[in-house]
Amino acid sequence: MQKKIRLGVDIGGTFTDVVLETPDSLTSKKILTTCAAPEDAIIEGMHNVCSKAGISVSAITRIIHGTTLATNALIERCGAKTALITTEGFRDVIEMRTESRFEQYDLNLTLPEPLLPRNRRYTIRERVGARGDVLRPIDRAEVEALADRLLAAGYESVAVGFLHAYANDAHERLVAEVLSEKMPDTMVSLSSEISPQMREYERFNTTITNAYIKPLMTSYLSRLRDRLAAEGADCPIFLMHSGGGVMSIENATEFPVRLVESGPAGGAIFAADIAARHGIGKSLSFDMGGTTAKICLIRNQVPETARVFEVARTYRFKKGSGMPISIPAINMVEIGAGGGSLAHVDAMNQIRVGPESAGSDPGPACYGRGGQKPAVTDADLVLGKIDPKNFAGGAILLHADKSARALNLVVGEKLDMDIAEAAWGLAEVVDENMANAARVHAVENGEDLSEYTMIAFGGAAPLHAARLCEKLGVSRCLVPAGAGVGSAIGFLLAPFSFEANRSVFMRMSAFDPVEVKRLFVDMEAEAASFVHSCDAAAEIFKDYKVYMRYAGQGWEIPVGLTATQAENPDAETFQRLFEKDYVKLFGRAVAGMEAEIVVWSVSVYTPTRKPCTVSTATTCAAPPVTGLRDLFDPGISRRVDASIIDRSAFRPGLTAPGPAVVTEDETTIIVPSSREIFNHSDGTLDIRIKKEGTP
Amino acid sequence: MTGQSKVAYQVMWNRLISVVEEQAQVLVRTAFSTSVREAGDLSAGIYNDKGKMLAQAVTGTPGHVNAMADAVGHFIRRIGRQNMFAGDVYITNDPWEGTGHKHDITVVTPVFHDGTLIGFFACTAHVTDIGGRGFGADAADVHEEGLHIPIMKFADRGEVDQTLVSIIRGNVREPDQLVGDIYALATCNEIGQCRLLDMMAEFSLPDMVGVSDFILMNSRAATLERINGHTPGSADGAMRIDGYAAPIDLKVKVSIERDRILCDWDGTSGVDKKGINVPLVYTKAYTCYALKCAIAPDIPNNAASLAPFEVTAPENSVLNALFPAPVALRHVIGHMVPDTVYDALDKLLPDLVPAEGAGCLCNFQLSIRPRTDAPAPADARRSEVLTFNSGGSGARPRLDGMNTTAFPSGVMTMPVEATEQVGPVIIWRKELRADSGGAGRQRGGLGQYMDVGVREGHEFDISAMLDRVYHPARGRRGGLAGGLTTIGRDDGVPMHGKGKQFVPHGRVVQMAFPGGAGYGAPVARERTAVRRDVALGYITGAHAQEYYGLSAAEVDDVLARSEAGEVF
Repeated sequence: MQKKIRLGVDIGGTFTDVVLETPDSLTSKKILTTCAAPEDAIIEGMHNVCSKAGISVSAITRIIHGTTLATNALIERCGAKTALITTEGFRDVIEMRTESRFEQYDLNLTLPEPLLPRNRRYTIRERVGARGDVLRPIDRAEVEALADRLLAAGYESVAVGFLHAYANDAHERLVAEVLSEKMPDTMVSLSSEISPQMREYERFNTTITNAYIKPLMTSYLSRLRDRLAAEGADCPIFLMHSGGGVMSIENATEFPVRLVESGPAGGAIFAADIAARHGIGKSLSFDMGGTTAKICLIRNQVPETARVFEVARTYRFKKGSGMPISIPAINMVEIGAGGGSLAHVDAMNQIRVGPESAGSDPGPACYGRGGQKPAVTDADLVLGKIDPKNFAGGAILLHADKSARALNLVVGEKLDMDIAEAAWGLAEVVDENMANAARVHAVENGEDLSEYTMIAFGGAAPLHAARLCEKLGVSRCLVPAGAGVGSAIGFLLAPFSFEANRSVFMRMSAFDPVEVKRLFVDMEAEAASFVHSCDAAAEIFKDYKVYMRYAGQGWEIPVGLTATQAENPDAETFQRLFEKDYVKLFGRAVAGMEAEIVVWSVSVYTPTRKPCTVSTATTCAAPPVTGLRDLFDPGISRRVDASIIDRSAFRPGLTAPGPAVVTEDETTIIVPSSREIFNHSDGTLDIRIKKEGTP
Repeated sequence: MTGQSKVAYQVMWNRLISVVEEQAQVLVRTAFSTSVREAGDLSAGIYNDKGKMLAQAVTGTPGHVNAMADAVGHFIRRIGRQNMFAGDVYITNDPWEGTGHKHDITVVTPVFHDGTLIGFFACTAHVTDIGGRGFGADAADVHEEGLHIPIMKFADRGEVDQTLVSIIRGNVREPDQLVGDIYALATCNEIGQCRLLDMMAEFSLPDMVGVSDFILMNSRAATLERINGHTPGSADGAMRIDGYAAPIDLKVKVSIERDRILCDWDGTSGVDKKGINVPLVYTKAYTCYALKCAIAPDIPNNAASLAPFEVTAPENSVLNALFPAPVALRHVIGHMVPDTVYDALDKLLPDLVPAEGAGCLCNFQLSIRPRTDAPAPADARRSEVLTFNSGGSGARPRLDGMNTTAFPSGVMTMPVEATEQVGPVIIWRKELRADSGGAGRQRGGLGQYMDVGVREGHEFDISAMLDRVYHPARGRRGGLAGGLTTIGRDDGVPMHGKGKQFVPHGRVVQMAFPGGAGYGAPVARERTAVRRDVALGYITGAHAQEYYGLSAAEVDDVLARSEAGEVF
């Protein structure tokens, strides 16, 4: 039997991480993202790890890929020239939003700009009713005339969103047909396919997002497949999706909106695995890369999930200030705070950082590639957190003088600060931004962060994690082995999974066991065939769920079913299960009210690996110190001599007091004076508050 | 004090704010009326044992939020502490002891810890129907406006009062919805109570006295510091609006004094014959809201942070209507209160407040029934459909007004698809209204068009709740007025801004909701902003030429580039 050799690849805004897993080794490499052709970095990284591991590229049996290219295109608004075709009278759904203010007390509130400006939104006379009946037929000639206008304007992609298309997709399909004749090179996204759910604002926005990034992602994925094949990696390629599972490249091409937050989803899976290994009930995953930081709550070792999430929040990370996307996703906040985030001084003489990012080209000033503005990495370098000769495993030689010049020019001169003070200010602002985002996210989820353990990974996180813990009152932070490439490792841990859904309304009084049985059998077959197409021999698990509510409510709750209950359905059992869960969630059932089923779901997935448990035997012995580094410690507002420790010489069971810097190929771990650092048997570093009496 | 540290109290305060937010989210998730589950017309809060509000959910609308602050005191007085037990749930829709009209149901739940009453959770929601004439302006007194539920027990020691439930069911048009909503209100208080008791166990608190003192003391100090940061002085403000049959004048004197700001509504028009009167509690709610936005936006809402804003209005004025005045549409005038306060405040604190906006929400309720002029199809049915919509907000000193965004109300619009699932209504049009934003250096926000009909085989009454048909939002510092409200039938028959009006089978009601006013002279508007407005269709070419002096050639150029899909 062929040995399983898998490659995990995560493209971030700044770095591309590649991880190769063989039955007995894990090899990783960090390379600068190559924006113009992101596949170049993958090819380079793949050759690098293969030669390190001593295998041939053709021996790779599977590639699993995730990327923030889609998310970044949304935040930076650099997607395709896209048009929306919608129902006459509803041109402004995505601009009018919910007609409310997400912050009620700010008289100077600014609403986010819609993804498509008004002149790129077109209407057609047609109308489908709430029951899916046609109230006003669509006229093919009108669609053809509109297609001519869109062709003349040179649109690359078109989103189609008609009212109630989730109940009847005929009009959307007709438009797709006309467009494929009139403008065959233009990509089309239909709301009835992308997100067939009621509530037009979320559905249209999700569809537009899909359309907006589709040309970019399609061309990228097809180039990637060709290049990999040309280089000898002719194995199946899978994509990480926002829900934390894996899907085929064909599905990803059709539904690129599902790639939004796919990289971060891999990170959450990675963190959940670490939490399981260490038996931690409440953990906060903190993933900071070159462009953004992601924060996710993980309870009982399972990442929080949501059916609607928001990308690109514009106002102090506040709920409602971004764009809603209605697809299944791991629930996290993402903010424009990464190593590459650029700083400026605003009109009120405040230092602001991000969301604009230097990316990998030109990159922060210290890369010496022509960047003139100071980035977070520049501040980290000046503060002594990074070794200029060993950044990203020596991939780039950093220039501290260039950082200093940029900091002085953009921040120092304006605010009359010396370079060190400017760097401190910049780093404190970005840390405070992240701490606020974490607090808001915790409050929205009714949680108190002080009970949480942070799990930090991604290239920039270990540089900032301990300071963040100080700000949030979090007493413990884990930095796992492979922290620099955590998301890519997460891809390898993710199961093949597919969730089949149907929107079929059914009241308990009209419960039809034969129909229900048929629905489940259909969905099961669909989901299982997908998973088996990824791995024909895989052992599979199935979860059955219905989303139920009292007839007349607007929001459903998930009700889990056993295989037996799904195979032999009856109304009484369903009502009883619903009321039991309803009482568990809300404390009280509504007497005498009829329940209904709104959404049906079967999820098929392969088992996840059992995490190995960790021994935590501790000694007082300290790891070898190879030198001292001049480090600025913001917690006590002064420079200190930090011990330099090489992570590869930091044996399990040893403890070192802060201030210290632990260096490794992909990142550096900063331990402030208030903390100490301990190494677990799995190589996870544990940064915790110093015990009394420790120097 | 219980010896807790300041840091611990700070954590508890934050926790209470997140507890009440969760309380509000539970209400949204379990409610039946679209006004609650889609539009968020609700509020949720926690109170100490004296009935003083400690924290309030961010989700919610100022009219409820600030009015509910007073409600719990009435419950304590009416029920009596000696009659309060664990498992009790209290209810009312009294306009004067709740939140201003009968369509708001307020539910209060006492919290017991080791057998002692330590505080209350309260919540309010706007329900679709409460019987009577239905939601509208037409009643001559409050008795016509629907069922009155005096302050009483909905549940006694866990046992729901089935007699009350039967009476409620028998008096309203959508009994399942209403009873479901009352359960949702009770449920969200229960969830709040569970979270509170968890917190008390975690911090080993015997009661809420310590945390309550900490919250109220700090909030009061912070609010006073803001108020005392301004130069004392007083100024007058006024606004004239449509009213029902005759215009209504709102007049206010705002006085900034040491440790307080006083708003006196003396000179305001008297009580109206129709249901647009405002109980004082609601006037206070929106007066405080306006002042808080301007003076202390970042201090959380509670009894102490609201107290320094004092509000008076003469009895039997339209802003202090007494029982039994009709009050169903108290929001129409209530929503105009903030802009009137800003008319005065602008004279005291220039360069801070916006120009006038649409003000009141542009709401209407449809009572749909099978057609009566000809045989109706078998599946035709009765239904009550309520929608909330917004005009444009006023331009700010440095920013344009917001298009179709509610101010001062905090509610959301309902998704058209959700509304059409509720009853046989069809919304044919809901989109931005060009040229309705008042011209100015900063342009007013746009209003919207809405066309509404019903499915084949039905006819309906529309209860309109629109103002600014005759009195537009006025500009500031040379900015021009926003567009007026219009309403009429598609066959040309004119209609009124307020009141219940019959619409026969096959006809559609066409409405245009008002825009916000401009700020500063239109000639001072940046050319790039004017060109962008033309390209996006926020203003027409003719409007750009008339008010901003754009040339015809420039307009043509912009429109051609707009058609090519260029970015502006």
